Amino acid sequence: MVRVEELTKRYGALEALKGVTAEFPAGKVTAVVGPNASGKSTLMKSILGLVVPDGGRVYVLGEPALKNPRVRAKIGYMPQDPRFPENVTVREVIRWIEELRGRPKQDLDELLAYFGLGPHLEQPTRVLSGGTRQKLSAVLAFLFDPEVLILDEPTAGLDPLASSRFKDRVAAERDRGKTVILTSHVMSELEELADRLVFLLEGEVVFAGDLEELRAKTGEERLERAVASLMEAS
Amino acid sequence: MRGAVYKIFKYTLFDLLRSRWLGSYAILVGLMTAGLLYLGDDPTQAAVSVLNLVILVVPLVSLVLGLMYHYANRDFALLVLTQPVPRGSVYWGQLLGLGLSLTGAYLSGVAVPFAAYGALGMGEVDWPTVGMLLFVGAMVTLVFSSLALFVGVSNDERVRALGIAIAVWFVLTFVYDSLLLAFIILAQAYPIDRWVIGISMLNPVDLARVLVLLHLDTAALMGYTGALFRKFLGTGLGTATAVLALVLWTVVPAVLAGRVFARKDF
Repeated sequence: MVRVEELTKRYGALEALKGVTAEFPAGKVTAVVGPNASGKSTLMKSILGLVVPDGGRVYVLGEPALKNPRVRAKIGYMPQDPRFPENVTVREVIRWIEELRGRPKQDLDELLAYFGLGPHLEQPTRVLSGGTRQKLSAVLAFLFDPEVLILDEPTAGLDPLASSRFKDRVAAERDRGKTVILTSHVMSELEELADRLVFLLEGEVVFAGDLEELRAKTGEERLERAVASLMEAS
Repeated sequence: MRGAVYKIFKYTLFDLLRSRWLGSYAILVGLMTAGLLYLGDDPTQAAVSVLNLVILVVPLVSLVLGLMYHYANRDFALLVLTQPVPRGSVYWGQLLGLGLSLTGAYLSGVAVPFAAYGALGMGEVDWPTVGMLLFVGAMVTLVFSSLALFVGVSNDERVRALGIAIAVWFVLTFVYDSLLLAFIILAQAYPIDRWVIGISMLNPVDLARVLVLLHLDTAALMGYTGALFRKFLGTGLGTATAVLALVLWTVVPAVLAGRVFARKDF
């Protein structure tokens, strides 16, 4: 489980997070949704330690996460647009991350085959397409069997087959009790994957709860309309 | 943390050693050195000419290539920062990898033509002078790699950072000496010699030039500041002072950049 309490962050005049408190339970996929500049990225990056919050607390599996790099051994992360050193092969990138994190806990060969990355292993990352870089990022996120997965627009650039396989994998990890935090602009994708939703607007949590609660609250069956309804009401 | 610094250093070095631009830089320095060496007939004179290369080209190349590397690898740094690795390790590993690979390219570019010149029996190479040239060039590379990372981590916008870097290079290489000269002319009636030494310490390019010229002991090339260094500090103490100042010029921006990196939002 991941929990953030009273998280604040200001970039100059912009107050990106205004005392955000939210919980991301284990065994659930929680979608973080909101319009541009609502604080989604800042929230996710605060959990990852990429953004230094001005105030508040972050707990990952009960352990304080701020200024605690060891906690990141429990997190797998897929950025929106993954980039790797240009002159290094896919195999070398995987080996480097293994060196930093220790022995992989999932079968690398199985993951490579699952995401169809095997034929690219000896290629330098500079020749990879966006979709293939995303597959490499997925392999790295799952390889160490982390308790928490943070996925930022993870299917952007993936072909339909890879996207479908990726979503199956995320659902399987959720069923194994993992905490999954997800952002996406594709509402159908969130509808397919998410169990819960945290809706942010101007740095504040406007809604946090199960999708069923959201549907009941807004009276809308489809997630896209329900979220639109939240935005209108706010 | 030390283990992680070594790993990040290794990855940075590995990536840079395979990059085309680092190899191109080494070849370019090699060609320029070889041209100055083989087209002239005095290796010591060639060393002085290479000094001009060190003063003009090495700072600019170190700044620009350092910034290019910083921005090209920002996303990978982001991925590494999401691993269980302290921020400090990522920063120091990258700085060491960048500084040492640029230094290696410079050293090989200068040393190989001189070594070949000596080995082919084309003349006698003044190795202590070449050694000083290599040392000074390496220090200048480290100073400006450090400055490049400071400018890079302090600015998210690549174009702005590049503009700042070029301005820093232009001021330290061209403007600073003019201002110093103006100061000397305007204040010539006063005892300003010690002030001039102090002001020279604030410019790593001047320090590099003075170091080599102190070693060569060539009065005609020494210039006012070099002559002052020799007069007041004696060659040994002058050299030690200039080296210490260059070390500070490397360490201070590196530590400042490390502090910015530790608090930076990615």
